[in-house]
Amino acid sequence: MTRDVAVLGAGMHPWGKWGRSFVEYGTAAARAALADARVDWRDVSSIVGADTVRGGYPGYVAGATFAKALGWQGARVTSVYAACASGAQAVGAARAQILAGLADVVLVVGADAAPKGFFRPAGGNRADDPDWLRFRVLGATNPTYFGLYARRRIAVHGDTLEDFAQVKVKNAASGALNPYARYRKRVTAEEVAASAVVADPLRLLDICATSDGGAALVLSSMDFARRHGVAEPVRIRAVSTVTPRYPTTVLDLPDIATDSAVAVEPAAEAFRASIARAAYEEAGIGPEDLSLAEVYDLSTALELQWYEDLGLCAEGEAAKLLREGVTAPGGRIPVNASGGLASFGEAVPAQAIAQVCELTWQLRGEAGDRQVAGARVGISANQGLFGHGSAVVAVR
Amino acid sequence: MVTGWFDGEGDDFRLLGTRCSACASVFFPREDVFCRNPACAGGVLEELRLSRRGRVWSYTDSRYRPPSPYVTDRELPWQPYALIAVELAAERIVVLGQAVPGVAVADLAVGMEVEVVPGVLNEDAETTWTTWHWRPTGVTA
Repeated sequence: MTRDVAVLGAGMHPWGKWGRSFVEYGTAAARAALADARVDWRDVSSIVGADTVRGGYPGYVAGATFAKALGWQGARVTSVYAACASGAQAVGAARAQILAGLADVVLVVGADAAPKGFFRPAGGNRADDPDWLRFRVLGATNPTYFGLYARRRIAVHGDTLEDFAQVKVKNAASGALNPYARYRKRVTAEEVAASAVVADPLRLLDICATSDGGAALVLSSMDFARRHGVAEPVRIRAVSTVTPRYPTTVLDLPDIATDSAVAVEPAAEAFRASIARAAYEEAGIGPEDLSLAEVYDLSTALELQWYEDLGLCAEGEAAKLLREGVTAPGGRIPVNASGGLASFGEAVPAQAIAQVCELTWQLRGEAGDRQVAGARVGISANQGLFGHGSAVVAVR
Repeated sequence: MVTGWFDGEGDDFRLLGTRCSACASVFFPREDVFCRNPACAGGVLEELRLSRRGRVWSYTDSRYRPPSPYVTDRELPWQPYALIAVELAAERIVVLGQAVPGVAVADLAVGMEVEVVPGVLNEDAETTWTTWHWRPTGVTA
Protein backbone atom coordinates (compact mmCIF):
# COMPACT_ATOMS: atom_id res chain seq x y z
CA MET A 1 0.00 0.00 0.00
CA THR A 2 2.77 2.42 -0.89
CA ARG A 3 0.23 4.59 -2.73
CA ASP A 4 -1.47 5.64 0.51
CA VAL A 5 -0.94 9.03 2.07
CA ALA A 6 -1.65 9.71 5.72
CA VAL A 7 -4.16 12.22 7.05
CA LEU A 8 -2.29 13.59 10.05
CA GLY A 9 -4.65 16.41 10.84
CA ALA A 10 -8.09 17.82 10.06
CA GLY A 11 -9.50 21.20 10.99
CA MET A 12 -12.46 23.44 10.22
CA HIS A 13 -13.78 26.89 10.87
CA PRO A 14 -17.49 26.66 11.70
CA TRP A 15 -19.78 27.32 8.71
CA GLY A 16 -22.12 30.31 8.89
CA LYS A 17 -22.50 33.88 7.74
CA TRP A 18 -19.75 35.54 9.68
CA GLY A 19 -19.06 38.55 7.47
CA ARG A 20 -15.30 38.08 7.52
CA SER A 21 -12.67 37.38 4.86
CA PHE A 22 -12.11 33.89 3.48
CA VAL A 23 -8.49 34.28 4.63
CA GLU A 24 -9.60 34.26 8.26
CA TYR A 25 -11.67 31.10 7.86
CA GLY A 26 -8.93 29.27 6.00
CA THR A 27 -6.21 30.30 8.40
CA ALA A 28 -8.28 29.25 11.42
CA ALA A 29 -8.96 25.87 9.79
CA ALA A 30 -5.27 25.48 8.91
CA ARG A 31 -4.16 26.20 12.47
CA ALA A 32 -6.71 23.66 13.74
CA ALA A 33 -5.46 21.00 11.31
CA LEU A 34 -1.81 21.68 12.22
CA ALA A 35 -2.62 21.43 15.93
CA ASP A 36 -4.54 18.21 15.32
CA ALA A 37 -1.54 16.82 13.43
CA ARG A 38 0.95 18.08 16.03
CA VAL A 39 2.95 19.57 13.16
CA ASP A 40 4.62 22.99 13.33
CA TRP A 41 3.72 25.15 10.33
CA ARG A 42 7.45 25.80 9.78
CA ASP A 43 7.92 22.06 9.17
CA VAL A 44 5.32 21.94 6.39
CA SER A 45 7.12 21.55 3.07
CA SER A 46 4.21 22.40 0.75
CA ILE A 47 0.91 24.25 0.93
CA VAL A 48 -1.97 23.75 -1.51
CA GLY A 49 -4.84 26.24 -1.56
CA ALA A 50 -8.26 25.66 -3.14
CA ASP A 51 -9.14 28.94 -4.81
CA THR A 52 -12.21 31.09 -4.43
CA VAL A 53 -13.17 33.52 -7.18
CA ARG A 54 -15.39 35.36 -4.79
CA GLY A 55 -12.68 36.87 -2.65
CA GLY A 56 -11.40 39.22 -5.32
CA TYR A 57 -7.90 38.95 -6.72
CA PRO A 58 -6.30 37.28 -3.68
CA GLY A 59 -8.76 34.41 -4.12
CA TYR A 60 -7.03 33.35 -7.30
CA VAL A 61 -3.83 32.74 -5.37
CA ALA A 62 -5.24 31.02 -2.31
CA GLY A 63 -2.17 28.90 -1.50
CA ALA A 64 0.07 31.92 -1.12
CA THR A 65 -2.66 33.92 0.62
CA PHE A 66 -2.90 31.33 3.39
CA ALA A 67 0.91 30.92 3.51
CA LYS A 68 1.30 34.66 4.03
CA ALA A 69 -1.36 34.70 6.76
CA LEU A 70 0.34 31.79 8.55
CA GLY A 71 3.73 33.49 8.08
CA TRP A 72 6.02 33.07 5.07
CA GLN A 73 8.34 30.13 5.67
CA GLY A 74 9.44 29.20 2.17
CA ALA A 75 7.12 26.24 1.52
CA ARG A 76 6.38 25.04 -2.00
CA VAL A 77 3.02 26.55 -3.03
CA THR A 78 0.15 25.46 -5.28
CA SER A 79 -3.25 27.03 -5.95
CA VAL A 80 -6.03 25.18 -7.73
CA TYR A 81 -9.41 26.19 -9.09
CA ALA A 82 -11.98 23.58 -10.09
CA ALA A 83 -15.22 25.17 -8.83
CA CYS A 84 -16.91 22.83 -6.30
CA ALA A 85 -14.18 20.24 -6.96
CA SER A 86 -11.38 22.67 -5.99
CA GLY A 87 -10.93 20.99 -2.62
CA ALA A 88 -10.57 17.54 -4.15
CA GLN A 89 -8.06 18.83 -6.68
CA ALA A 90 -6.14 20.40 -3.81
CA VAL A 91 -6.08 17.04 -2.03
CA GLY A 92 -5.10 15.40 -5.33
CA ALA A 93 -2.23 17.84 -5.90
CA ALA A 94 -0.96 17.36 -2.34
CA ARG A 95 -1.15 13.59 -2.67
CA ALA A 96 0.70 13.62 -6.00
CA GLN A 97 3.52 15.68 -4.48
CA ILE A 98 3.80 13.28 -1.55
CA LEU A 99 3.73 10.15 -3.73
CA ALA A 100 6.29 11.72 -6.09
CA GLY A 101 8.62 12.41 -3.17
CA LEU A 102 8.47 16.18 -3.71
CA ALA A 103 7.06 16.87 -0.26
CA ASP A 104 6.76 15.00 3.04
CA VAL A 105 4.07 17.08 4.74
CA VAL A 106 1.50 19.16 2.88
CA LEU A 107 -1.10 21.55 4.24
CA VAL A 108 -4.32 21.69 2.17
CA VAL A 109 -6.65 24.64 2.77
CA GLY A 110 -9.95 25.81 1.30
CA ALA A 111 -12.18 28.64 2.46
CA ASP A 112 -14.83 30.98 1.14
CA ALA A 113 -17.05 33.87 2.08
CA ALA A 114 -20.04 33.29 -0.19
CA PRO A 115 -22.57 35.94 -1.21
CA LYS A 116 -26.13 35.72 0.08
CA GLY A 117 -28.70 34.25 -2.29
CA PHE A 118 -28.01 32.86 -5.74
CA PHE A 119 -24.49 32.35 -6.99
CA ARG A 120 -23.92 34.51 -10.06
CA PRO A 121 -21.16 34.87 -12.63
CA ALA A 122 -18.47 37.53 -12.47
CA GLY A 123 -19.44 40.91 -13.90
CA GLY A 124 -19.11 42.30 -17.40
CA ASN A 125 -20.54 41.22 -20.75
CA ARG A 126 -18.96 37.85 -21.34
CA ALA A 127 -20.83 36.04 -24.11
CA ASP A 128 -17.92 33.57 -24.43
CA ASP A 129 -18.64 32.25 -20.91
CA PRO A 130 -21.33 29.53 -20.68
CA ASP A 131 -21.90 30.44 -17.04
CA TRP A 132 -22.64 34.07 -17.98
CA LEU A 133 -24.82 33.00 -20.90
CA ARG A 134 -27.13 30.75 -18.91
CA PHE A 135 -27.92 33.62 -16.56
CA ARG A 136 -28.23 36.29 -19.25
CA VAL A 137 -30.19 34.30 -21.84
CA LEU A 138 -32.30 32.04 -19.61
CA GLY A 139 -32.11 33.33 -16.05
CA ALA A 140 -31.08 29.76 -15.22
CA THR A 141 -29.76 29.79 -11.63
CA ASN A 142 -28.24 26.72 -9.95
CA PRO A 143 -31.62 25.78 -8.41
CA THR A 144 -33.05 25.73 -11.95
CA TYR A 145 -30.88 22.70 -12.69
CA PHE A 146 -31.67 21.10 -9.32
CA GLY A 147 -35.38 21.55 -10.12
CA LEU A 148 -34.95 19.93 -13.55
CA TYR A 149 -33.20 16.89 -12.01
CA ALA A 150 -35.82 16.57 -9.28
CA ARG A 151 -38.73 16.73 -11.73
CA ARG A 152 -36.99 14.19 -13.96
CA ARG A 153 -36.61 11.78 -11.00
CA ILE A 154 -40.32 12.15 -10.19
CA ALA A 155 -41.24 11.42 -13.81
CA VAL A 156 -38.82 8.54 -14.42
CA HIS A 157 -38.41 6.88 -11.02
CA GLY A 158 -41.57 7.88 -9.17
CA ASP A 159 -39.76 9.74 -6.39
CA THR A 160 -42.07 11.92 -4.31
CA LEU A 161 -41.79 15.30 -2.62
CA GLU A 162 -42.02 13.41 0.67
CA ASP A 163 -38.90 11.40 -0.30
CA PHE A 164 -37.02 14.62 -0.97
CA ALA A 165 -38.20 16.10 2.34
CA GLN A 166 -36.99 13.01 4.21
CA VAL A 167 -33.44 13.63 2.92
CA LYS A 168 -33.56 17.05 4.57
CA VAL A 169 -35.03 15.61 7.77
CA LYS A 170 -32.24 13.02 7.91
CA ASN A 171 -29.41 15.46 7.20
CA ALA A 172 -30.71 18.15 9.53
CA ALA A 173 -30.86 15.58 12.35
CA SER A 174 -27.16 14.80 11.77
CA GLY A 175 -26.23 18.46 11.36
CA ALA A 176 -27.81 19.20 14.73
CA LEU A 177 -25.05 17.01 16.23
CA ASN A 178 -22.17 18.70 14.36
CA PRO A 179 -20.53 21.71 16.02
CA TYR A 180 -19.11 22.89 12.67
CA ALA A 181 -22.48 22.93 10.88
CA ARG A 182 -24.23 26.22 10.18
CA TYR A 183 -27.75 24.87 10.77
CA ARG A 184 -28.02 22.92 13.99
CA LYS A 185 -31.77 22.45 14.26
CA ARG A 186 -33.81 19.40 13.42
CA VAL A 187 -36.28 19.92 10.59
CA THR A 188 -39.61 18.15 10.04
CA ALA A 189 -41.15 17.09 6.73
CA GLU A 190 -43.96 19.55 7.46
CA GLU A 191 -41.45 22.39 7.69
CA VAL A 192 -39.94 21.40 4.33
CA ALA A 193 -43.41 21.28 2.76
CA ALA A 194 -44.29 24.67 4.24
CA SER A 195 -41.18 26.41 2.89
CA ALA A 196 -41.42 28.51 -0.28
CA VAL A 197 -41.01 26.92 -3.70
CA VAL A 198 -37.74 28.08 -5.28
CA ALA A 199 -37.57 26.00 -8.45
CA ASP A 200 -40.54 23.67 -8.83
CA PRO A 201 -40.73 21.02 -7.39
CA LEU A 202 -37.98 22.03 -4.94
CA ARG A 203 -38.53 24.24 -1.93
CA LEU A 204 -36.22 26.43 0.09
CA LEU A 205 -35.45 23.61 2.54
CA ASP A 206 -34.68 21.21 -0.34
CA ILE A 207 -31.83 23.44 -1.55
CA CYS A 208 -28.54 24.16 0.18
CA ALA A 209 -27.71 27.70 1.23
CA THR A 210 -24.56 29.68 0.53
CA SER A 211 -22.21 29.94 3.49
CA ASP A 212 -18.91 31.12 4.81
CA GLY A 213 -16.57 28.39 5.99
CA GLY A 214 -13.13 26.86 5.92
CA ALA A 215 -11.56 23.41 6.07
CA ALA A 216 -7.99 22.12 6.11
CA LEU A 217 -6.02 18.88 6.14
CA VAL A 218 -2.44 17.99 6.94
CA LEU A 219 -1.34 15.13 4.67
CA SER A 220 1.96 13.29 4.79
CA SER A 221 3.84 10.30 3.49
CA MET A 222 3.31 7.07 5.40
CA ASP A 223 7.01 7.17 6.37
CA PHE A 224 6.65 10.63 7.86
CA ALA A 225 3.55 9.53 9.78
CA ARG A 226 5.45 6.60 11.29
CA ARG A 227 8.44 8.80 12.19
CA HIS A 228 5.93 11.23 13.69
CA GLY A 229 4.63 8.45 15.94
CA VAL A 230 1.37 7.79 14.12
CA ALA A 231 1.47 4.10 13.23
CA GLU A 232 -2.13 3.69 12.04
CA PRO A 233 -3.28 6.97 10.53
CA VAL A 234 -6.40 7.46 8.45
CA ARG A 235 -5.15 6.98 4.89
CA ILE A 236 -6.26 8.45 1.59
CA ARG A 237 -6.35 5.58 -0.86
CA ALA A 238 -7.88 7.24 -3.92
CA VAL A 239 -8.60 10.68 -5.32
CA SER A 240 -10.82 10.81 -8.40
CA THR A 241 -10.72 14.02 -10.45
CA VAL A 242 -12.01 12.69 -13.78
CA THR A 243 -13.68 14.66 -16.57
CA PRO A 244 -16.86 13.54 -18.37
CA ARG A 245 -16.87 11.43 -21.56
CA TYR A 246 -18.30 12.80 -24.81
CA PRO A 247 -21.21 12.95 -25.37
CA THR A 248 -22.67 13.99 -22.02
CA THR A 249 -26.42 13.49 -22.35
CA VAL A 250 -27.59 14.79 -18.97
CA LEU A 251 -28.04 18.56 -18.98
CA ASP A 252 -25.43 19.89 -16.58
CA LEU A 253 -24.53 23.23 -15.01
CA PRO A 254 -23.73 25.67 -16.55
CA ASP A 255 -24.70 24.40 -20.01
CA ILE A 256 -27.72 25.45 -22.06
CA ALA A 257 -27.75 22.14 -23.94
CA THR A 258 -26.30 18.64 -23.74
CA ASP A 259 -23.84 17.21 -26.22
CA SER A 260 -25.55 15.57 -29.16
CA ALA A 261 -25.46 11.77 -29.26
CA VAL A 262 -26.08 11.70 -33.00
CA ALA A 263 -22.51 10.78 -33.97
CA VAL A 264 -21.22 8.93 -30.89
CA GLU A 265 -23.21 6.52 -28.74
CA PRO A 266 -23.08 7.72 -25.13
CA ALA A 267 -21.37 5.59 -22.51
CA ALA A 268 -23.73 3.51 -20.40
CA GLU A 269 -22.30 5.22 -17.33
CA ALA A 270 -23.18 8.85 -16.59
CA PHE A 271 -20.56 11.36 -15.43
CA ARG A 272 -21.28 11.22 -11.70
CA ALA A 273 -21.13 7.43 -11.73
CA SER A 274 -17.78 7.55 -13.53
CA ILE A 275 -16.40 9.80 -10.77
CA ALA A 276 -17.23 7.15 -8.18
CA ARG A 277 -16.04 4.25 -10.32
CA ALA A 278 -12.64 5.87 -10.85
CA ALA A 279 -12.28 6.24 -7.08
CA TYR A 280 -13.34 2.65 -6.42
CA GLU A 281 -10.92 1.30 -9.04
CA GLU A 282 -8.02 3.31 -7.69
CA ALA A 283 -8.79 2.23 -4.12
CA GLY A 284 -9.44 -1.40 -5.03
CA ILE A 285 -12.77 -1.39 -3.23
CA GLY A 286 -16.45 -1.41 -4.15
CA PRO A 287 -19.60 0.16 -2.73
CA GLU A 288 -20.15 -2.97 -0.61
CA ASP A 289 -16.98 -2.09 1.37
CA LEU A 290 -18.17 1.36 2.44
CA SER A 291 -18.94 2.28 6.03
CA LEU A 292 -20.19 5.78 5.14
CA ALA A 293 -20.40 8.33 2.34
CA GLU A 294 -20.32 12.11 2.25
CA VAL A 295 -22.04 13.33 -0.91
CA TYR A 296 -22.71 16.71 -2.45
CA ASP A 297 -26.38 17.30 -1.56
CA LEU A 298 -26.85 20.59 -3.37
CA SER A 299 -30.48 19.56 -3.26
CA THR A 300 -32.34 16.79 -1.48
CA ALA A 301 -33.15 15.13 -4.82
CA LEU A 302 -29.51 15.24 -5.86
CA GLU A 303 -28.49 13.27 -2.77
CA LEU A 304 -30.77 10.46 -3.95
CA GLN A 305 -29.11 10.61 -7.38
CA TRP A 306 -25.73 10.09 -5.72
CA TYR A 307 -26.92 6.85 -4.04
CA GLU A 308 -27.33 5.38 -7.51
CA ASP A 309 -24.17 6.95 -8.93
CA LEU A 310 -22.14 5.58 -6.00
CA GLY A 311 -23.60 2.13 -6.65
CA LEU A 312 -25.31 1.95 -3.25
CA CYS A 313 -28.39 0.71 -5.12
CA ALA A 314 -29.61 0.15 -8.66
CA GLU A 315 -30.84 3.02 -10.81
CA GLY A 316 -34.22 4.28 -9.66
CA GLU A 317 -34.02 2.65 -6.24
CA ALA A 318 -32.55 5.49 -4.20
CA ALA A 319 -35.83 6.53 -2.62
CA LYS A 320 -36.41 2.93 -1.56
CA LEU A 321 -32.96 2.88 0.06
CA LEU A 322 -33.80 6.08 1.92
CA ARG A 323 -37.21 4.84 3.04
CA GLU A 324 -35.62 1.66 4.39
CA GLY A 325 -33.26 3.74 6.52
CA VAL A 326 -30.15 2.30 4.88
CA THR A 327 -28.57 5.76 4.51
CA ALA A 328 -29.69 7.09 7.90
CA PRO A 329 -27.57 7.07 11.07
CA GLY A 330 -27.42 3.47 12.23
CA GLY A 331 -28.20 2.20 8.73
CA ARG A 332 -25.92 -0.01 6.63
CA ILE A 333 -24.32 2.96 4.84
CA PRO A 334 -25.02 6.32 6.50
CA VAL A 335 -24.85 9.18 3.99
CA ASN A 336 -23.93 12.69 5.08
CA ALA A 337 -23.41 11.87 8.73
CA SER A 338 -21.87 15.36 8.92
CA GLY A 339 -25.23 16.90 8.07
CA GLY A 340 -24.15 17.53 4.48
CA LEU A 341 -24.60 20.73 2.56
CA ALA A 342 -28.15 20.78 3.91
CA SER A 343 -26.60 21.67 7.27
CA PHE A 344 -23.41 23.41 6.14
CA GLY A 345 -24.34 25.35 3.01
CA GLU A 346 -21.88 25.90 0.20
CA ALA A 347 -18.47 27.38 0.87
CA VAL A 348 -17.22 26.25 -2.50
CA PRO A 349 -13.47 25.63 -2.17
CA ALA A 350 -13.84 24.31 1.38
CA GLN A 351 -16.59 21.76 0.96
CA ALA A 352 -14.73 18.88 -0.68
CA ILE A 353 -12.00 19.29 1.98
CA ALA A 354 -14.64 19.41 4.72
CA GLN A 355 -16.00 16.10 3.44
CA VAL A 356 -12.56 14.53 3.98
CA CYS A 357 -12.35 16.11 7.46
CA GLU A 358 -15.61 14.35 8.32
CA LEU A 359 -14.35 11.04 6.91
CA THR A 360 -11.19 11.45 8.98
CA TRP A 361 -13.02 12.06 12.25
CA GLN A 362 -15.43 9.21 11.53
CA LEU A 363 -12.65 6.75 10.69
CA ARG A 364 -10.77 7.74 13.84
CA GLY A 365 -13.93 7.24 15.90
CA GLU A 366 -13.85 10.90 16.96
CA ALA A 367 -17.18 12.04 15.51
CA GLY A 368 -18.97 12.25 18.85
CA ASP A 369 -22.75 11.87 18.84
CA ARG A 370 -22.83 11.42 15.07
CA GLN A 371 -20.23 8.61 15.04
CA VAL A 372 -20.83 5.81 12.53
CA ALA A 373 -20.06 2.68 14.57
CA GLY A 374 -16.96 0.79 13.44
CA ALA A 375 -16.30 2.98 10.40
CA ARG A 376 -13.42 1.58 8.30
CA VAL A 377 -13.93 2.90 4.75
CA GLY A 378 -15.46 6.17 3.61
CA ILE A 379 -16.00 7.91 0.30
CA SER A 380 -16.68 11.55 -0.50
CA ALA A 381 -18.36 12.51 -3.77
CA ASN A 382 -18.78 15.86 -5.39
CA GLN A 383 -18.85 17.50 -8.79
CA GLY A 384 -17.41 20.81 -9.92
CA LEU A 385 -18.92 23.18 -12.48
CA PHE A 386 -17.54 22.80 -16.03
CA GLY A 387 -16.85 19.06 -15.74
CA HIS A 388 -14.69 18.49 -12.66
CA GLY A 389 -15.04 15.14 -10.95
CA SER A 390 -14.31 14.80 -7.26
CA ALA A 391 -14.24 11.79 -4.99
CA VAL A 392 -11.89 10.69 -2.22
CA VAL A 393 -11.64 7.26 -0.61
CA ALA A 394 -10.27 7.20 2.94
CA VAL A 395 -9.61 4.06 4.98
CA ARG A 396 -8.52 3.11 8.44
CA MET B 1 -25.59 38.76 -27.45
CA VAL B 2 -26.27 35.37 -29.04
CA THR B 3 -25.66 36.15 -32.67
CA GLY B 4 -26.53 33.27 -34.96
CA TRP B 5 -28.33 31.11 -32.39
CA PHE B 6 -31.70 31.33 -34.18
CA ASP B 7 -33.36 32.80 -37.27
CA GLY B 8 -36.60 32.87 -39.23
CA GLU B 9 -40.06 34.07 -38.38
CA GLY B 10 -43.37 32.44 -37.54
CA ASP B 11 -43.46 28.76 -38.50
CA ASP B 12 -40.03 29.12 -40.09
CA PHE B 13 -38.34 30.08 -36.78
CA ARG B 14 -35.52 27.66 -35.88
CA LEU B 15 -32.61 27.32 -33.47
CA LEU B 16 -29.29 27.33 -35.32
CA GLY B 17 -26.57 24.89 -34.37
CA THR B 18 -23.57 23.59 -36.25
CA ARG B 19 -22.65 20.14 -37.57
CA CYS B 20 -19.16 18.72 -38.04
CA SER B 21 -18.68 17.82 -41.71
CA ALA B 22 -16.32 14.99 -40.70
CA CYS B 23 -18.26 13.12 -37.98
CA ALA B 24 -21.76 14.68 -38.13
CA SER B 25 -21.71 15.73 -34.45
CA VAL B 26 -24.22 18.48 -33.76
CA PHE B 27 -23.56 21.45 -31.48
CA PHE B 28 -25.88 23.93 -29.81
CA PRO B 29 -25.08 26.62 -28.87
CA ARG B 30 -23.17 26.70 -32.12
CA GLU B 31 -19.55 25.54 -32.04
CA ASP B 32 -17.68 27.26 -34.86
CA VAL B 33 -14.06 26.56 -33.99
CA PHE B 34 -13.47 22.88 -33.20
CA CYS B 35 -15.37 19.61 -33.19
CA ARG B 36 -15.64 18.38 -29.58
CA ASN B 37 -15.91 14.68 -30.47
CA PRO B 38 -12.63 13.22 -29.11
CA ALA B 39 -12.62 10.58 -31.85
CA CYS B 40 -12.84 13.19 -34.62
CA ALA B 41 -9.82 14.82 -36.20
CA GLY B 42 -12.07 17.77 -37.00
CA GLY B 43 -13.91 19.04 -40.02
CA VAL B 44 -15.55 22.21 -41.21
CA LEU B 45 -18.46 23.15 -38.92
CA GLU B 46 -21.52 23.90 -40.99
CA GLU B 47 -24.61 25.76 -39.83
CA LEU B 48 -27.61 23.54 -39.09
CA ARG B 49 -31.26 24.42 -38.50
CA LEU B 50 -32.44 22.31 -35.57
CA SER B 51 -35.75 20.45 -35.43
CA ARG B 52 -38.73 22.63 -34.67
CA ARG B 53 -40.40 20.16 -32.34
CA GLY B 54 -39.20 18.03 -29.45
CA ARG B 55 -40.35 16.41 -26.22
CA VAL B 56 -40.06 17.70 -22.66
CA TRP B 57 -37.11 16.05 -20.85
CA SER B 58 -37.81 17.99 -17.68
CA TYR B 59 -39.05 21.38 -16.53
CA THR B 60 -39.00 23.75 -13.59
CA ASP B 61 -39.59 27.41 -12.87
CA SER B 62 -37.97 30.40 -11.25
CA ARG B 63 -39.99 31.67 -8.32
CA TYR B 64 -37.34 34.16 -7.28
CA ARG B 65 -35.86 36.90 -9.43
CA PRO B 66 -32.56 35.65 -10.91
CA PRO B 67 -29.49 37.83 -10.33
CA SER B 68 -27.78 39.83 -13.07
CA PRO B 69 -26.74 39.41 -15.83
CA TYR B 70 -30.40 38.38 -16.23
CA VAL B 71 -32.21 41.64 -16.97
CA THR B 72 -35.48 42.40 -15.19
CA ASP B 73 -37.35 45.55 -14.30
CA ARG B 74 -36.95 45.81 -10.54
CA GLU B 75 -39.79 48.30 -10.42
CA LEU B 76 -42.21 45.52 -11.34
CA PRO B 77 -43.22 42.58 -9.16
CA TRP B 78 -41.44 39.37 -10.11
CA GLN B 79 -43.35 37.11 -12.49
CA PRO B 80 -42.01 33.54 -12.44
CA TYR B 81 -41.41 31.86 -15.80
CA ALA B 82 -41.12 28.18 -16.58
CA LEU B 83 -37.95 26.64 -18.02
CA ILE B 84 -38.15 23.55 -20.20
CA ALA B 85 -35.38 21.14 -21.21
CA VAL B 86 -36.40 19.68 -24.57
CA GLU B 87 -35.14 16.53 -26.25
CA LEU B 88 -34.81 16.85 -30.04
CA ALA B 89 -35.01 13.34 -31.49
CA ALA B 90 -33.21 13.85 -34.80
CA GLU B 91 -30.27 15.70 -33.22
CA ARG B 92 -30.27 13.58 -30.01
CA ILE B 93 -29.69 16.71 -27.96
CA VAL B 94 -31.45 18.38 -25.02
CA VAL B 95 -31.88 22.16 -25.23
CA LEU B 96 -32.99 24.35 -22.33
CA GLY B 97 -35.22 27.35 -22.90
CA GLN B 98 -37.88 29.49 -21.29
CA ALA B 99 -41.51 28.56 -21.86
CA VAL B 100 -43.69 31.09 -23.66
CA PRO B 101 -45.22 33.60 -21.26
CA GLY B 102 -48.42 32.24 -19.74
CA VAL B 103 -47.29 28.60 -19.71
CA ALA B 104 -46.62 27.48 -16.13
CA VAL B 105 -45.27 24.24 -14.66
CA ALA B 106 -48.85 23.08 -14.05
CA ASP B 107 -49.35 23.08 -17.83
CA LEU B 108 -46.34 20.83 -18.49
CA ALA B 109 -45.47 17.14 -18.29
CA VAL B 110 -42.35 15.13 -19.07
CA GLY B 111 -42.71 13.68 -22.58
CA MET B 112 -45.11 16.39 -23.81
CA GLU B 113 -44.48 17.74 -27.32
CA VAL B 114 -43.30 21.35 -27.58
CA GLU B 115 -42.17 23.57 -30.43
CA VAL B 116 -39.73 26.43 -30.68
CA VAL B 117 -41.11 29.92 -31.23
CA PRO B 118 -39.58 33.39 -31.27
CA GLY B 119 -39.82 35.38 -28.06
CA VAL B 120 -38.72 38.54 -26.32
CA LEU B 121 -36.10 38.24 -23.60
CA ASN B 122 -36.30 41.86 -22.50
CA GLU B 123 -36.56 45.33 -23.99
CA ASP B 124 -35.77 48.89 -23.17
CA ALA B 125 -36.46 52.17 -24.95
CA GLU B 126 -33.84 51.50 -27.63
CA THR B 127 -33.51 47.74 -27.97
CA THR B 128 -35.57 44.56 -27.95
CA TRP B 129 -33.54 41.44 -27.15
CA THR B 130 -35.10 38.47 -28.91
CA THR B 131 -34.73 34.83 -27.89
CA TRP B 132 -36.35 31.42 -28.34
CA HIS B 133 -39.20 30.05 -26.28
CA TRP B 134 -40.68 26.56 -26.01
CA ARG B 135 -44.44 26.28 -26.42
CA PRO B 136 -46.56 23.15 -26.00
CA THR B 137 -47.88 22.21 -29.44
CA GLY B 138 -51.52 23.11 -29.84
CA VAL B 139 -51.14 26.19 -27.66
CA THR B 140 -51.52 29.27 -29.80
CA ALA B 141 -51.29 32.03 -27.20
